[in-house]
Amino acid sequence: MTTAPGAPGASPLTAPLTVEFPFTRSLGPVQSAFLTGLRERIVLGVRASGAGILVPPVEYDPATAAELRELVQVGTSGTVTTWAWNSRPRPHQPLASPFAWVLVRLDGADTALLHVLDAPGPEAVRTGMRVRIRWAAERDGAITDIACFEPDDSPPAAPRTVRAHHGTFDNPVTGIVTPARLDYTHTPGRAQTRYLQALGGRRITGERCPSCDKVYVPPRGACPTCGVATAGQVEVGPRGTVTTFCIVNIKARNLDIEVPYVYAHIALDGADLPLHGRIGGIPYDEVRMGLRVEPVWTDGSRHPDHYRPTGEPDADYDTYRELL
Amino acid sequence: MTPPAGTVPVAVVAFAQTVHRRRTDELSEAEMLMPVLHEVLAATGLRTGDIGFTCSGSSDYLAGRAFSFTLALDGVGAWPPISESHVETDGAWAFYEAWVKLLTGETDTALVYAYGTSSAGELRDVLSRQLDPYYTAPLWPDSVALAALQARALIDAGHTTGPALAAIAARSRADAAANPYAQLRGAVAHGDPVVHPLHTGDCPPVGDGAAALILAAGDRARELCARPAWITGADHRTEAHALGVRDLTDSPSTRLAAERAGVFERPLDLAELHAPFTSQEVVLRRALDLDTRVRVNPSGGALAANPVMAAGLVRIGEAAAAIHRGEAGRALAHATSGPCLQQNLVTVLEGET
Repeated sequence: MTTAPGAPGASPLTAPLTVEFPFTRSLGPVQSAFLTGLRERIVLGVRASGAGILVPPVEYDPATAAELRELVQVGTSGTVTTWAWNSRPRPHQPLASPFAWVLVRLDGADTALLHVLDAPGPEAVRTGMRVRIRWAAERDGAITDIACFEPDDSPPAAPRTVRAHHGTFDNPVTGIVTPARLDYTHTPGRAQTRYLQALGGRRITGERCPSCDKVYVPPRGACPTCGVATAGQVEVGPRGTVTTFCIVNIKARNLDIEVPYVYAHIALDGADLPLHGRIGGIPYDEVRMGLRVEPVWTDGSRHPDHYRPTGEPDADYDTYRELL
Repeated sequence: MTPPAGTVPVAVVAFAQTVHRRRTDELSEAEMLMPVLHEVLAATGLRTGDIGFTCSGSSDYLAGRAFSFTLALDGVGAWPPISESHVETDGAWAFYEAWVKLLTGETDTALVYAYGTSSAGELRDVLSRQLDPYYTAPLWPDSVALAALQARALIDAGHTTGPALAAIAARSRADAAANPYAQLRGAVAHGDPVVHPLHTGDCPPVGDGAAALILAAGDRARELCARPAWITGADHRTEAHALGVRDLTDSPSTRLAAERAGVFERPLDLAELHAPFTSQEVVLRRALDLDTRVRVNPSGGALAANPVMAAGLVRIGEAAAAIHRGEAGRALAHATSGPCLQQNLVTVLEGET
């Protein structure tokens, strides 16, 4: 975390936060046929009860929810039904230079497909214009196998009837991965900012509820019991008592801690809520409820690395029974 | 639906909202929520322990904070164990859930709240992750682009023009001058095209905010509020998720929800429409058959403040507050979610004469 520019002492902490995951989905028979078809430069639709031919195809009728399976092949040219000019493409969008978002009704289809149109400018785009698919050079069974649409200057083809398609291909695509990456600026709020700033000075602070008098650590700004702000800061610890613990036998990836090790709930002196931390400096099988511990700080780390025994006699059970 | 025969009537008895701002870097969600929660409780004299049911609306995707709704619950005081629920969408749907809960007679008070912290990420990109992952999300169409496709369809169909959209923006921002909570207030330039045909003035501001309201049933409502805003109907409907299947110039789901909620039975004084884009007000006015006698969005609407996930609940709160103040007798509130008005909720609020 870094301190953002602003009023001294009052500026909130901020840090970049990236949420990234591969959104992995299996495909049903209709979606599998459609996306595999794109790989083979074939566009498939599905015949619906009332709405005619749906492209892109779905497995259930949008109006009646009836199961749909009757695949048909439609054209690779079509008509723009609506459009919008995007002069500043955003990250991940199909074209890096200005383009038009379009809904295109492909020849033979009764519904429209969302995609992008490569055109020199908004004056070159209009509803009703003819466009055709520009296929991606490398295709692997995804909607992006259509690189984009491009203006189709050839005369409109004679009305064509769609023809049935078996929908079966060699080596069909059965799943897709849609990567998602979102970048945020995380801000922890007033209470956690105060807590983190104190940690920078190797002090652990809780905040007291003005209503029930409980001291919460780490504080989150509100007393979950009373629903009021916890504004009064209280220094807690540094010593505390192990209230309960577990022995971890699975080595965490990218974590340089030998197993087994002990992870514990630690009630710092003066706090009314235990926080959790790793216990070190003692064999794992000698850790016990009531063990008195203190934080061990290492250079360059904002949080205590672990807690170690203080050598004091164990705390009496009655002193921490309410904190289990 | 309209309340089934024999059920006790339910009313909105208190409403509060934050001042909506471009950023709230100094606040966690619980810190942002607490003032509005305390305000609605103070307005009714209730304490959190008196509330029978609590329901909230939000989305972790806005700020990228996992399980933020459980942390926000700290601000409610979830003790002793409370009856609580959360919807991962606009708080208007939490309002609906709370209304149904009160109609069952299981309890007579409910607290509904919602919040959104859109400033933490790039909202246009974040919202694209709610689209279907097979055919749409891989293209990363952003929320403004999809609204622009709808605006173009409306212009091509002759339902509106660029200047007419600009006039909607100007009216909304001018009305917001009287709304101390609005993010954009007073005259605001229509601006440059964002995604043509939509200009900056056609699009809502990005910002953070929260809102809360309290519902109460029967005599309890009369005890808690001098002029309760009785819920005489509420309904929500959804359309096909594929944009190319829908007629983007129409909103049959809004019309059906309005019919089921009893909107068309008697004239309205006021309508708070959740239309984040000017073009969507055109669609909603047509779907709801609103004539010029109905005052639309005197608060400035979502064009003046659009705390995503709370903006729909704010519409219900603004409509209820107009009844509390005696400024309206019968008001409609609409909330939406999803691209191009995909999901729509309509409720009718009435004051006693």
